[in-house]
Amino acid sequence: MSDFVQPEHFAFDAESEAAIPPLLAKYPPGKQASAVLPMLYLVQNQLKRQTGSAWVPTAGMNEVARRLDMAPIRVYEVATFYFMFNLKPIGVWHLQVCTTTPCWLRGSDDVVAACRAATGIQGWGETSADGVFTMTEVECVGGCVNAPIIQVNDDFYEDLDAESTKHLLDALRRGAPPKPGSMKGRQTSAPEGGPTTLTTLHFGAES
Amino acid sequence: MLEDKDRIFTNLYGLYDPMLKGARARGDWDGTKAILEKGREAIVEEVKASGLRGRGGAGFPTGLKWSFMPKQSDRPCYLVVNADESEPGTCKDRDIIRHDPHKLVEGCLVAGFAMGACAAYIYIRGEFANEAKVLQAAIDEAYDAGLIGKDSCGSGYPFDVFLHRGAGAYICGEETGLLESLEGKKGLPRLKPPFPAAVGLYGCPSTVNNVESIAVAPTIMRRGAAWFSSLGRPKNSGPKVFCISGHVNRPCNVEEELGIPLRELIEKYAGGVRGGWDNLLAVIPGGASVPVIPKSVCDDVLMDFDSLREARTGLGTAAVIVMDKSTDIIKAIARLSKFYMHESCGQCTPCREGTGWMWRVMTRMVEGRAEVPEIDTLDQVTRQIEGHTICALGDAAAWPIQGLIRHFRPAMEARIAAYRARPPMRMAAE
Repeated sequence: MSDFVQPEHFAFDAESEAAIPPLLAKYPPGKQASAVLPMLYLVQNQLKRQTGSAWVPTAGMNEVARRLDMAPIRVYEVATFYFMFNLKPIGVWHLQVCTTTPCWLRGSDDVVAACRAATGIQGWGETSADGVFTMTEVECVGGCVNAPIIQVNDDFYEDLDAESTKHLLDALRRGAPPKPGSMKGRQTSAPEGGPTTLTTLHFGAES
Repeated sequence: MLEDKDRIFTNLYGLYDPMLKGARARGDWDGTKAILEKGREAIVEEVKASGLRGRGGAGFPTGLKWSFMPKQSDRPCYLVVNADESEPGTCKDRDIIRHDPHKLVEGCLVAGFAMGACAAYIYIRGEFANEAKVLQAAIDEAYDAGLIGKDSCGSGYPFDVFLHRGAGAYICGEETGLLESLEGKKGLPRLKPPFPAAVGLYGCPSTVNNVESIAVAPTIMRRGAAWFSSLGRPKNSGPKVFCISGHVNRPCNVEEELGIPLRELIEKYAGGVRGGWDNLLAVIPGGASVPVIPKSVCDDVLMDFDSLREARTGLGTAAVIVMDKSTDIIKAIARLSKFYMHESCGQCTPCREGTGWMWRVMTRMVEGRAEVPEIDTLDQVTRQIEGHTICALGDAAAWPIQGLIRHFRPAMEARIAAYRARPPMRMAAE
């Protein structure tokens, strides 16, 4: 995917357009530049809808600049500063593998190896030959008591090991992502086996 | 030991409905109007009296921080909630946001009212896309129910709550970096002074608080400062959500009193250290930025701001990262050095250049491909970075390495010796 084409034009579609006014309404008059991050997300999500690949082309940045009355360079510097904007096309499933110390202590090396074996991707930031997976090394995603974690697009898959990573990737390849959360069946951040606190309180039906 | 009846985050694990109906059943939004009717001063004084210290890492007294906001202002004032939880080891705000979002929304109103703010901006880290959806739904519910908006809870006080999603930059967890980001710029921290209470968001008076600090405020107002300060230890009062990760049998989040012994916290709630307490090597007690402590310190240290400071580390975000004796401690810290290199905003030279330099030296230390005096050089460089940057990221990058050298220097020297003694075949293979 190193040689990709920057589209010459970008226009917000109806779904994105509908989302813009409520976004801008959050910020005081004249402070519409605050909406630059959400607007770049709109571009990235729209590309995902239209092409299957979530990324932000330069033409999209230019359109955001025009809408927010910003110099294009101000949008470029924001888009390149923040890690979550993909500046080139990516695969259908973006495997954002956390390898920071809390995940590493719980075996993220095995998770990385399982991802490499299943996708054939050797380097970071690369996309598999079939365009299905992109593998990115990310810093702490903020779910450390459920480490190790892969964030797939917007969803966290937690408590992984080599085996469950393989199953996860198989399911993604089939286009059937499992329910996000703990792959060990844990109740969110409660200890394995169930909560040991908050056991004397009851607030109606458990959800 | 904290009893369930004194726990604030009663839906920490998401067993119950996080939305308004469930939140009301757990006591949220109960008598909020009456709290506001006590007046700004009274709320600030109550929070001061509770002894609540900021839950985001620095531990600054929350009520005192609120009191810095101007009593009269011709410009709008803002409450900014830092939900950019990115400190490695920390995942407590995530649970508050996805399972108890109304505690946060109600806290925004109570705190915002107390500081005379017209609105709260909640800056949530970009990775928490699903958590942001839950929180936005809670905000929408609160508007629809008239709890916030033009006439919040029927008090006549207009107050807005807006959610703003970041996009993957640790530096935006620094309060002024966050403000820059919220204004639509790169998250480059600002020089202080002026402090945000004078010149903050859009140049207006602003206060930046952590999610947990804000979310506990309504409960403090309902149950009283005396209740809150009766929990924990003097000057370290209240319950706190701890995150226990790493080499424990059952990693988890749990709400406990400040001042609980570290060993009790790990053994009682996280199923103990893998292989037993004697298999413990070291603990990072407050998120990646605080220095590591060896088992000898862990044996009897208490988990609160002042006790951990005496142990030359910190409570930070109360994210406890446990490492057993199988851990390559040099590699564990080197990975944190890589983290800080990746997350340095690049604004200040000591941090931009220093984090990369420290990481490169640390990778050699992992191999042992270094000279023993380089350990001292590394230590010196950390001290040239610490305190010489606009924000605390430079300090945060320096402290883990300082902790490593302070407590594990023999391991580093042994690694160097082992590298030197490696069989010649290995050299040929390189």
